[in-house]
Amino acid sequence: MKGSASVQLKDLSIDLGEFRLRQINLDIAEGEYFVILGPTGAGKTVLLEAIAGLYQLRQGRIILDGEDVTRFPPERRGIGFVYQDYVLFPHLSVAGNIAFGLKMQRMDRGAIEERVAETGRMLGIDHLLHRSPRTLSGGEQQRAALARALVVEPRLLLLDEPLSALDPETREGLQRKMARLHHTLGTTILHVTHDFEEAVALGERIAVLNEGRVVQVGSSQDIFRKPNSKFVARFVGMQNIFHGQVHPLEDGHQMLRLGGADVAVVTDLEGAVHGSVRPEDILISRERLRSSARNCFRGRIASIADRGTLVYVTVRVPPDFICVITRRSLEEMELREGMEVYVAFKASAVHVF
Amino acid sequence: MRALFADRMRAIFVVLGSLLVLFVAWPLLRTVTATGPAVLWQTLLDEEVSGSILLTFYASLVATLLAFICGVPLAYVLARVDFPGKRLVEGIIDVPIVVPHSAAGIALLMVFGRRALLGRVFGLLGLKFVSAAPGIVIAMLFVSLSFLVNAAREGFEAVDPRLERVARTLGASPWRAFWRICFPLAWRSILSGMILMWARGLSEFGAVVILAYHPMVAPVLLYERFESFGLSYSRPVATLVILICLVTFVVLRLTAGRKRGDV
Repeated sequence: MKGSASVQLKDLSIDLGEFRLRQINLDIAEGEYFVILGPTGAGKTVLLEAIAGLYQLRQGRIILDGEDVTRFPPERRGIGFVYQDYVLFPHLSVAGNIAFGLKMQRMDRGAIEERVAETGRMLGIDHLLHRSPRTLSGGEQQRAALARALVVEPRLLLLDEPLSALDPETREGLQRKMARLHHTLGTTILHVTHDFEEAVALGERIAVLNEGRVVQVGSSQDIFRKPNSKFVARFVGMQNIFHGQVHPLEDGHQMLRLGGADVAVVTDLEGAVHGSVRPEDILISRERLRSSARNCFRGRIASIADRGTLVYVTVRVPPDFICVITRRSLEEMELREGMEVYVAFKASAVHVF
Repeated sequence: MRALFADRMRAIFVVLGSLLVLFVAWPLLRTVTATGPAVLWQTLLDEEVSGSILLTFYASLVATLLAFICGVPLAYVLARVDFPGKRLVEGIIDVPIVVPHSAAGIALLMVFGRRALLGRVFGLLGLKFVSAAPGIVIAMLFVSLSFLVNAAREGFEAVDPRLERVARTLGASPWRAFWRICFPLAWRSILSGMILMWARGLSEFGAVVILAYHPMVAPVLLYERFESFGLSYSRPVATLVILICLVTFVVLRLTAGRKRGDV
């Protein structure tokens, strides 16, 4: 079972007490990194367990590479699974954990050792192979769990909130590691998370899950630019999310180069990244401000969306910045669509990920 | 040590608790020290005594192994699956702890006796329970299996079921996921359940004496000597039995505890 598979979920429904998934339909391309985004308690883990064959389906079909695997037991599906809290075998060493799947294939000892070492190197845990999982840090355990799943070359890898139990620094490192792994191995990955940034950083496409239903599927751009429901809009936070390149400056600061604007940022990351600014962190003014904000751009008001006491103003620089102001400010500043204004925000207000 | 007497309440609790510990330890110690090593040695050389001790150990071991074969699967099912009537099954497994053991012996006789159904069926196979070693085994099995089943169930309950699920996604069949993952992780509990069951089987008197007075297991022999010859004759046997049981129990507990100790 080598290579990566395309995945189709057809009318998948699961009833499990409180959790209920209804008519999930998804089409995931071979080699795609697909993220399911949903709030905690949306039944994401159950969905993955059902795909892996660990739960009986009430209704629906799971198709891998055109083959209906709905009735296959988990061991015949070739689907890897990584749980949120890793679930390493506590009585086996890290090497024993990684070797487990190969032993199940009755591979000979020498070949197993070779593959375990190779996979350990790939995930940067080759120095931990003899250790007991209990002695590893969260990030190390996560790498071990990934190695254990990847060593058998699954057609599809399911990741259940793989980063959410880690501290932010480890998470960032592992997130990039996973992006690289996906790039080299080309395995189809289905990743579930409640974290929007994680979804944007890793997912080629995202499906948003709410109350047991898929409410929107699309690229990250689609979802945060054109949320098709109030739920999605609120869940993604109406954020300003940009994709660009980080360039270090001579004075030790960093510049995030977007389509039309160079934004001063504070980050350790390099290369292609995402940056986001919360709408409430952006100031709008009629004239250029002299302030400590390192970013100030001139743009035109593209639209004004009235949301009661708060008003969302989209300023096209380009790119578009969405700012939130109170109705009173709007009235006092006499802002209208098409008007030329300045937007300003601090370098530290830009979150880079 | 100081924490034991941190305040007045604790001090009183310690005193009250000590009474109970003393209540167990004193008679045991008194019996063990009452007989000199020479007399003990002589008692051990008595073939009737050594034979019955060996028979006791052996019968209890067989009972424990039988319980292992059927009890471990039962414990696994009870730990993993919710089904209607599960509480009833758990209750049935616990019943032998609460019924008087002589009553248990009578109950077994009703099924395994010479004229009873199972007694006849096994009789055709040449297996006889009344006044025979197999009777001792089933009596011990009946009164002590709860210990093994409950310990094993607790052991399985402590194993995250997701460990087996991960094993399945890695290509393991349900059998292999059980043997490679679940069983090794529950093994310590199972083993300590086996030791407890075995020890409980050794000490069984009531049920055994009803099914099989002969051949005599150690507790029956002890009783017979006490009835026929009095305290001074039965004491060396009691000392010997207590000593052997204590030593075996301690040794088993220590080796079981050391295995797979925390890293």
